[in-house]
Amino acid sequence: MAAPPITVDERSVPTETSRSPVIAFDNVSIAFEGRTVLDGISFQLNKGETKAIFGVAGSGKSTILKLALGLMKPDAGRIQVLGEDVTQMREEELFDLRRKIGMVFQESALFDSLTVRENVAFRLLEEGDVTEEEVEKPVRESLSFVELEKTVDMFPSELSGGMRRRVAIARAIITHPEILLYDSPTGGLDPVTSTTIVQLIVKQRDVYKTSSLLVTHRLQDAFTMAASYFDRKTNQMQPLPPGMRGEVPMGFLILRDGKIIFDGDVHELAACRDEYIREYIS
Amino acid sequence: MELISPTEIAKEKIEAVQDFSVLAGRSVANLFRYPRYFADMMQQADLIGVGSLPIVVLTGLSIGAELALNSANTLQRFGSLSLIGQLVSVGMVRELGPIITGLMVAGRNSSGMASELGSMVVTEQIDAMRALGTDPLKKLVTPRVVSTVFMLFFLTIISDLLGLFGGSLISTFLFRVDWRQYWNSAYQILMFQDVIMGLLKPVLFGFIIATVGCYYGVSARGGTQGVGRATTQAVVASSVLILLVDLLTTKFLMAIFSYR
Ligand SMILES: Nc1ncnc2c1ncn2[C@@H]1O[C@H](COP(=O)(O)OP(=O)(O)O)[C@@H](O)[C@H]1O
Ligand SMILES: [Mg+2]
Repeated sequence: MAAPPITVDERSVPTETSRSPVIAFDNVSIAFEGRTVLDGISFQLNKGETKAIFGVAGSGKSTILKLALGLMKPDAGRIQVLGEDVTQMREEELFDLRRKIGMVFQESALFDSLTVRENVAFRLLEEGDVTEEEVEKPVRESLSFVELEKTVDMFPSELSGGMRRRVAIARAIITHPEILLYDSPTGGLDPVTSTTIVQLIVKQRDVYKTSSLLVTHRLQDAFTMAASYFDRKTNQMQPLPPGMRGEVPMGFLILRDGKIIFDGDVHELAACRDEYIREYIS
Repeated sequence: MELISPTEIAKEKIEAVQDFSVLAGRSVANLFRYPRYFADMMQQADLIGVGSLPIVVLTGLSIGAELALNSANTLQRFGSLSLIGQLVSVGMVRELGPIITGLMVAGRNSSGMASELGSMVVTEQIDAMRALGTDPLKKLVTPRVVSTVFMLFFLTIISDLLGLFGGSLISTFLFRVDWRQYWNSAYQILMFQDVIMGLLKPVLFGFIIATVGCYYGVSARGGTQGVGRATTQAVVASSVLILLVDLLTTKFLMAIFSYR
């Protein structure tokens, strides 16, 4: 893997990171065709934190990410992202804000008429008068982060599901956004590929200190993230030493019937007595 | 099946018309805003223009020949076969060239746009584009509208000329009309009004084809089935609109130019 351009400590220290929220949902509700999907939910994502969102299929996890990006508007409530109220913004104003946010869609959503290079470079090519040569370096860097440099001239249809997911990650991180939103990045992948993607997310969290929301069905992935840190020396994800368990900025959020029934860290989750949650995490 | 009240249906239809108008309006307004996507316009122009050329050549030729064949019989009865050039010329330039080319391109490209954009919607590529800070209306719709208007204009001229050519083949080889006389009368009958009418129509039709195709594309819902539905609806809606607008412009321009 390529070394990231910024130097940071070996392990992030969560307690000291500033507690200002980068995303704040305040009493947000949304319904589709008369069916309430989110029913007055409130939560915050702190700077540098990665928060995993759980819930059964159709519980509104993807909807939360789309609301945060301003791709859809809530019926009620306020959503603050990087200090701006996305519920009040017009589409044109949102384009500027979205430049600071990277999103990995559930089905990757790569542009299938463009090559991997053009997909990954999309943001850079759209943002200004840059030539193909100028974007080559960041594209290579971004692709080497996900270990897919060889695919640069291929089309998305020639890649496997796991590779597409990684290209989508490369596309999202090319501008080093302040916030990353991952929608089921390990869904439907084999265990080996999933582990690679979990590593990438941990690397983003610990090396680049990116704040992120992570939708997943696999609780196991999120537990792994809470129990690991990214070691820059070995360039590998390492398990935290026993005394340090959960000492990484990793949060958990569980949705049920349009409400948030749990919002806390791994210790609180382990200590939780709620029956549904116990069932869920067992 | 669930019963829906008529007011609900009416509301839906009005909303659809509203959404369509917004899309059509914005696609034009975007022309005056940066960034402008010239590369995308060129690519679309190639796709629409060059791609439609064979079918436009074919239909233009056969419609012209058809027109000549049909009118020759009638004209012969009145002993005025020499008027055939004029008849084909006026018919092609004012009416048949624009409408046939419009309908052909509608069938080919309106559906193409609807299915392409529709697939992008259901695979979340449109959302991804918005998430990456790019306006899909600017990047996808405006280039298609501009290219279709531009290309349909020239395709219609080609169709008109080939129609005349098809007519001339029939007239000279089947009815022994003098080749030179045919082209002379075809050229001389055309007045400024006819040409204006014949060239205004493709502009309007091109706009209809692209905006309707894109509208059904971006409002596609419900997976691949929804894309299929959007595709068919786009062809039907754009063809009907073209026929309707054709009738209205013909009537309107005839009134303005106070036709003989
Ligand atoms: N654009 C939309 N139009 C209609 N219904 C939607 C839309 N987006 C989401 N829904 C509905 O909202 C519910 C939650 O969807 P989603 O957020 O995708 O769930 P998940 O937790 O599986 O990601 C689902 O029942 C879905 O059908
Ligand atoms: Mg989802």
